[in-house]
Amino acid sequence: MTQVLFIFIPMLAAVFIPFLFKSIKNVHTGWFVLLVPASLVIVYSTYIADVARGQVFTGSLEWIPSLGINFVSYLDGLSLLFSLLITGIGSLVVLYSIFYLDKKKEQLHNFYIYLLLFMCAMLGVVQSDHLISLYFFWELTSISSFLLIGYWYNRDKSRFGALKSMMITVGGGLFMLGGFLLLGIMGDTFSIRELIAQAPQLASHDYFIWALLLVLLGAFTKSAQFPFYIWLPDAMEAPTPVSAYLHSATMVKAGIYLVARFTPIFALSEVWIWLVAGIGLLTLCWGSFFAVKQTDLKGILAFSTVSQLGLIMSLLGASAITFHVDDVSNSIFRFAAFAAVFHLINHATFKGSLFMIAGIVDHETGTRDIRKLGGLMSIMPLSFTVAAIGSFSMAGLPPFNGFLSKEMFLTAMLAIKEFELFNFNTWGILFPVLAFMASVFTFVYSFYFVCHTFIKKRNEKYADTVHEAPIGMLVSPILLASFVILIFFIPNVIGDLFVKPAMLAFQPFYASAAAIDIHVSAWHGFTPELYLTLGIVGLGALLFSTLKKWQPLYQLWPQKFTLNHAYDMMMIGLDTGMNQVSRSYMRDSMRQYLLYMFTAISVIVITTLFVTDAFSFSFEGTAPIRLYEIILIIVLVIGVVTTLIAKSRLTAIIGLGSVGYTVALFFVIFNAPDLALTQLVIETISVALFLLAFYHLPKLTKINERMRFQVNRAVVSLAVGAMVTLVALSAQSQKLFPSISKYYEETVATLAGGGNIVNVILVDYRGFDTLFEIAVLSIAGIGIFAMIKLRLTRKGNGHENK
Amino acid sequence: MKTNDMIIQFTAKIVFFIIFFFAIHIFLAGHYTPGGGFVGGLLASSAIVLLVLAFDIKTVRTVIPVNYTTLIGIGLLLALATAAFPMFKGDPFFTHYFDYFTLPLIGKTSLHTAMLFDTGVFLVVVGVTMTIIQTIGEDE
Repeated sequence: MTQVLFIFIPMLAAVFIPFLFKSIKNVHTGWFVLLVPASLVIVYSTYIADVARGQVFTGSLEWIPSLGINFVSYLDGLSLLFSLLITGIGSLVVLYSIFYLDKKKEQLHNFYIYLLLFMCAMLGVVQSDHLISLYFFWELTSISSFLLIGYWYNRDKSRFGALKSMMITVGGGLFMLGGFLLLGIMGDTFSIRELIAQAPQLASHDYFIWALLLVLLGAFTKSAQFPFYIWLPDAMEAPTPVSAYLHSATMVKAGIYLVARFTPIFALSEVWIWLVAGIGLLTLCWGSFFAVKQTDLKGILAFSTVSQLGLIMSLLGASAITFHVDDVSNSIFRFAAFAAVFHLINHATFKGSLFMIAGIVDHETGTRDIRKLGGLMSIMPLSFTVAAIGSFSMAGLPPFNGFLSKEMFLTAMLAIKEFELFNFNTWGILFPVLAFMASVFTFVYSFYFVCHTFIKKRNEKYADTVHEAPIGMLVSPILLASFVILIFFIPNVIGDLFVKPAMLAFQPFYASAAAIDIHVSAWHGFTPELYLTLGIVGLGALLFSTLKKWQPLYQLWPQKFTLNHAYDMMMIGLDTGMNQVSRSYMRDSMRQYLLYMFTAISVIVITTLFVTDAFSFSFEGTAPIRLYEIILIIVLVIGVVTTLIAKSRLTAIIGLGSVGYTVALFFVIFNAPDLALTQLVIETISVALFLLAFYHLPKLTKINERMRFQVNRAVVSLAVGAMVTLVALSAQSQKLFPSISKYYEETVATLAGGGNIVNVILVDYRGFDTLFEIAVLSIAGIGIFAMIKLRLTRKGNGHENK
Repeated sequence: MKTNDMIIQFTAKIVFFIIFFFAIHIFLAGHYTPGGGFVGGLLASSAIVLLVLAFDIKTVRTVIPVNYTTLIGIGLLLALATAAFPMFKGDPFFTHYFDYFTLPLIGKTSLHTAMLFDTGVFLVVVGVTMTIIQTIGEDE
């Protein structure tokens, strides 16, 4: 219970932010906000030791118990690691934002409410054990990140980026919901732990592959995998603290978390392994390749985030192979799982610090364009140091933590080609090759980022105007950078405390975290990985020194064939396409709509009659046809035909009148005196009203003209006529029950005290209908009265308020 | 040329009463023979329409000083009250009561609460028909 409430603490705290912002003007609101993640870090730190020993903590809060939907907080190694990342980096980001955002110019209450909402949503995502509440928090992250990206809502690009990320992540989220529901149907439970327990049965289920694909689609859109990464570079319009927090450390890792969490369920399928590892590797290459093209500091970092996420994703894919090998504890793929979690931590540290440095550079120089920057090293030495540490770690150089995880990554990729199952021994060779290429480009863009900003020839005017950032702004990046170095020297402490417990969550082969025999060492001998790293450094350095010569090659790729262009075209196409579709049938013509309706009705009814084989005509028990009836029918038909082909409207009105009187005569010969009386009077009145309308037709366009003949209308009206006739005949021939009118006949005198059955039915047996029929009449009368009397436009004052 | 409507006006005065009494007859007889509130109402209003045709709207309005929209309201209220009354006695909505009474002048006859409901219908029909004809007739 309290464990669940911890998730909601940021949301509850968000309620008080506007009051603090409005009432306490001279203290930056961020200081109050800082308390929330900082205290949560302390709370979650208390779990570390127990979780590392293999303990798990659960708490639950009932939400909709009748549907079995509850908030369940499940803290094992994986969710604890994520919770600590979220709250820890959250604290640093809040601290950074205090100095980054001006308390007078910015709408801080909006910013911090969105940020706290996001923090709550992320904690919910990583701790939820219930699929529905997981989805709830998942969408909350999409919405709050939409709000954060569009924080400067008066900029066009912010709104565009916010909308784009919203469309893609929410779209993926909806697919994921579909996957969750399929999982719920298959396993008859929404609890992830219970689903994992019955993983082998699920794998043989028909829906399994669909659930797998849909869940993956959700994870890939959120984690900016190929080809859904396109929202991430556009999300860089957000304030830099947001980019550092959401788009490097937390939200984009929600997809990673999801993949890791569901690995025990889906890893039994080779589709999962191939997709996760393959798409991850493709994203890794693609992102690192295009990062060198960018000229915007945050653009480079966005693409590098995409590529690093691809790296983690491919490692998770490789780790799923452990479900198919015999001797897990000695299998080389256990390194993949370790490396995935380890790199996740490392990436959060160095990418967070790099984003913050990019923000500092932007803040101090006023530009993020790498072509205008340069030579800031001597002006901003601290920022440069942090940037260099982060970049070298990203490039995978010692003595930084990126080196360790990159070595393990290469180990895992080299191992894949040895794998026997699922064609990996033929196609698996691609994995190390692509991983090598991607690492070379990672090296290039890391140096590109740091050298072109800080080392290249200085822009002269910066010497006077630019100075080192305030110390408060530097605290967070420096802390993160010190982690980068610290982790390099104590990797096994991190490994024992965080990585191994987290591994247990998706590698459930070990009795405890301590049983995982992985020891990270900076020097691991002359192994193939080391030679690969040397190759990466050599080739990377060569490519970087010749960057000026080949970077223009990127411009050769035509804009038409980019994914962004495809997305734009899709949105425009959907917009105009939908418009065209609706314009093609919404013609604003009543005749068109009537045509649609009558066509639809007759087609539906006649096909239903055919399909259900409802035709059966029997003329048993029908009354004999008398001479009167034949005469009346002839008169009726003449009246109808006259109305249809009449040249003048007057003739049509009189024809209609004759039809009405003939109907009254039908009532007479079929023994319905009440109906006949009413029909006669009503027909007279309506013909008089028709004549009135005829008399007032405007003179200008009054041309006597026969109704034009149109084939489609003729066909439709014939179809409707045929339909009604067929239905009437079939219904008449298949009377299943006798009429209830016998009852009325018997009881009209005894129960109702009357003699005229029709009237007694109207006022007594079914007086209810009559009550509302007279109400209808009244409404019609008052409506006519109002329409004629209430003519505001005619009096010259078109608006009633004038 | 000045028209002279003497014959139609004279005839209308007599025929009006014939139609009107026929309307009342049809209305009252509705429970046993063809007729009822609806037809009765229509016939009664057609009697008034005859007067409108023979004279003019203003004259008819002074002769029969009835606000027809109010008539609609009264009719609806009467119908609803008749239907709702049984609920105060604990019977379902729309329960009708009837019995035989000996009345002065007429003698033994049956009285039925359905008649009250039918009176509501009659008034509404007269009100609606006359409202429509009057508003359209007066429209410029």
